[in-house]
Amino acid sequence: MSSNDNMSLTLKIWRQPDAASAGALHTYKLDDVSPDMSFLEMLDVLNEQLNANNEDPIAFDSDCREGICGTCGLMINGDAHGPEVTTTCQLHMRSFVDGETITIEPWRATAFPVLKDLVVDRSAFDRIIQQGGYISVNTGSAPEAHSVPVPREDAQRAFNVATCIACGACVAACPNGSASLFMGAKITHLGELPQGQPERDSRVVNMVAQHDHEGFGGCTNIGMCTAACPKEIPLDVISQLNKDLRTAMRHGH
Amino acid sequence: MAHEMPDTTTHADPSKDSPADMTDDAVGYYTPGEPIVDTKAPEGPIANRWQDRKFEARLVNPSNRRKLSVIIVGTGLAGASAAATLGEAGYNVKSFCYQDSPRRAHSIAAQGGINAAKNYKEDGDSVHRLFYDTVKGGDYRSRESNVYRLAEVSTNIIDQCVAQGVPFAREYGGLLDNRSFGGVQVSRTFYARGQTGQQLLIGAYQALERQVAAGTVETFTRHEMLELIVVGEGEGRRARGIIARDMVTGAVETHLADVVVLASGGYGNVFYLSTNAMGCNVTAVWRAHRKGAYMANPCYTQIHPTCIPVSGAHQSKLTLMSESLRNDGRIWVPKNEADCDKDPREIPEEDRDYYLERIYPSFGNLVPRDIASRAAKNVCDEGRGVGPKVEGVRRGVYLDFAAAIERLGRDGIEEKYDNLLDMYERITGENPYEVPMRIYPAVHYVMGGAWVDYDLMSTIPGLFVTGEANFSDHGANRLGASALMQGLADGYFVLPHTIRDYLADGPFEKIDESHPAVVEARATVEQRINHFLNVKGTRSVDSYHRELGNIMWEYCGMERTEDGLKKAIDLIRTLKDDFWRNVKVLGTNESLNQSLERAGRVADFIELGELMCIDALNRRESCGGHFRAESQTEDNEALRHDDLFAYVAAWEFAGDGEPPILHKEELTYTAIEMKQRSYK
Repeated sequence: MSSNDNMSLTLKIWRQPDAASAGALHTYKLDDVSPDMSFLEMLDVLNEQLNANNEDPIAFDSDCREGICGTCGLMINGDAHGPEVTTTCQLHMRSFVDGETITIEPWRATAFPVLKDLVVDRSAFDRIIQQGGYISVNTGSAPEAHSVPVPREDAQRAFNVATCIACGACVAACPNGSASLFMGAKITHLGELPQGQPERDSRVVNMVAQHDHEGFGGCTNIGMCTAACPKEIPLDVISQLNKDLRTAMRHGH
Repeated sequence: MAHEMPDTTTHADPSKDSPADMTDDAVGYYTPGEPIVDTKAPEGPIANRWQDRKFEARLVNPSNRRKLSVIIVGTGLAGASAAATLGEAGYNVKSFCYQDSPRRAHSIAAQGGINAAKNYKEDGDSVHRLFYDTVKGGDYRSRESNVYRLAEVSTNIIDQCVAQGVPFAREYGGLLDNRSFGGVQVSRTFYARGQTGQQLLIGAYQALERQVAAGTVETFTRHEMLELIVVGEGEGRRARGIIARDMVTGAVETHLADVVVLASGGYGNVFYLSTNAMGCNVTAVWRAHRKGAYMANPCYTQIHPTCIPVSGAHQSKLTLMSESLRNDGRIWVPKNEADCDKDPREIPEEDRDYYLERIYPSFGNLVPRDIASRAAKNVCDEGRGVGPKVEGVRRGVYLDFAAAIERLGRDGIEEKYDNLLDMYERITGENPYEVPMRIYPAVHYVMGGAWVDYDLMSTIPGLFVTGEANFSDHGANRLGASALMQGLADGYFVLPHTIRDYLADGPFEKIDESHPAVVEARATVEQRINHFLNVKGTRSVDSYHRELGNIMWEYCGMERTEDGLKKAIDLIRTLKDDFWRNVKVLGTNESLNQSLERAGRVADFIELGELMCIDALNRRESCGGHFRAESQTEDNEALRHDDLFAYVAAWEFAGDGEPPILHKEELTYTAIEMKQRSYK
């Protein structure tokens, strides 16, 4: 790309010193943005500029920058992860136009308190997993891997939903702040496999209880979650979640 | 019991090629030290050694385990698996990671697969063949006993992961599928599309969180280890804890335990641009190194052949395209420089140079990573690279799926590689189903790391190091799909057995915050933090990191020379001096401060970079990922010098500004004959 394609942008970015303080949108100008930059590389460049001007750089989370670790996540012009179906780190500036104003905010959800600027606390997800998002098998006690065949289609469905990266976009996009898509993905992943059956009832009951306890909202089938999901986890995992929950209750849980 | 393995290896004796007047390139840069030996490696037939060691390692009574505490730094495959397993066994585990969740450690980004000697394909695989391939792939610079053990436990890993619900790819009959992977001729790689690392890590993470719920593991996320606590002197010294910084509040915390495990990953980010995550760093291992843990073979770096080329100066990281793509994609460049800026689809077959297939007819596009990477560099150096010019040179080669799409159909390719090809399109804006992909090598993995014995214990008693952070299993080059295997082997099946032999002597003397070793470690951390915040210089942390990366890539990258390495050492020393006097870190310690976090990491990378160059300078031979221009055959292949360099270089820290001390561990092979690698 030649430098002629480079863009000038106006950025409105949420700044908040810490969890206890109030925040506000601040406006920054950034020139010479290459369309080949990733969105986070654009913020890197802005931070170098701020640092040079003795202004505190903007805190934002990112790690792998290849769309798999789930660390990054920004509300970009009101959309979780921005205008494309991908993670913020895999969003490139070619999705924007010269002269554009871009508003950048952290995930907004009661269960994800802001720690600083664009960084939020998503540890509630770990606590949901602790309540049953696993198969109980101590190291060394596993049977031979081929002792239990798994129908290919079941394995594929399990895999497709196990690709959830726990970024939290589903929660941020949901008007209710529900984590049902995240939870449904895990319920479906483990529920599709024969190994996941023994704990199927207790898993869903306990995970849902923790979800509600953390302050996530209920699901009202709006579907913003699946639209925002960078891994395209389908909405039917929530149907599966509800079905498994009803089954567990019927079983007396 | 030297097994005869029919393969393509030649029997040339590399040692006779060593020039008699070979000088010691690194004279003056290091101090020779006493040899080091691995006292824990059992003798006897190689197939029995691990069983023998497990039997000899003392047991800890279940009721005593809850009185013993373990700190584990890092929650990737090696760390999370160990934390879960030790928690299940009943020890008190504290698990630390710098990420906001253990599930985000960089193992998650591994794409291709995990090797295991299951021989499900009945294609001649066995534990011995996996062992043999790994030693050969490592260019005979790894420790035989360790590699055999790795191959031996590989089969247990698959059983464990399947039981955890890892959704590996399956065949129509419901059994597990396998594929062949870079550098080997059997299909022993288990995979979950192009996201195997993610699925294995989620399995380990879930096992870890299960133990959190059970109360045996406590997790400390957004915590970074900044110092190791070592109590006692000489033979009696023990690693007893860490100083960690809470990255949200800035609180400097002391955490004490009976034993410390570093599973903190590799240091590829010393090159600034690499396929590592932004946060990957050497600090945990480097702080331990400064406290007495030797660093082994730090110059052994793996440059992965199939990454997306650099697009411009803003680049913050490089993205790997799994080398499984090499199973179906064909690598080529134009025969003529004049064709390099043409649309590749318009270049006729006869004007294309499928150079790997031409030079290495028996392995073709599946040669090991080091060979594929250097070949790409060579054709680009010749001026036959493709893609945009970066600093005057086109640095890219084509990876072409046209023939595979014709053979398997677009659907067939989509099923195997969909997520990878999507990612490529997202990053480059080009559709790889229509236009050949462009790839170029990038730093991906480090074989070097903390020196450990057969028990995975470092030279500091009570400090164990696992996974990529140690040096033990891959020699001078790692085969594809073996990093995941090693991480999980160490964490699930090796460490839990060897650590009990150490813990059988515990619990150790109770210490608290007032112990002089704790006070000293805290003071070191606080001084460093205060220094970074008070320099108030003119250059950003990132600018130093970039400069260090350029030096390392230029002089300690795919090809290394005596002159280049000496120049690099001078440049790094100058950079270090400038960094400490002129770095600019804004903000305070008492808040989330990402510049401050990075300053500490870059400070340690700079010191590591110098040691890597000294190690590369000392090793005047080419082996695996380490290519010294002075040591090559007539047809430009790597030339080892087994008479001089069949050893592990274990470096001891001797003080700031002092030359490091070199301890050599001789490598002896009883089960395998050392040969010059050939993939022709």
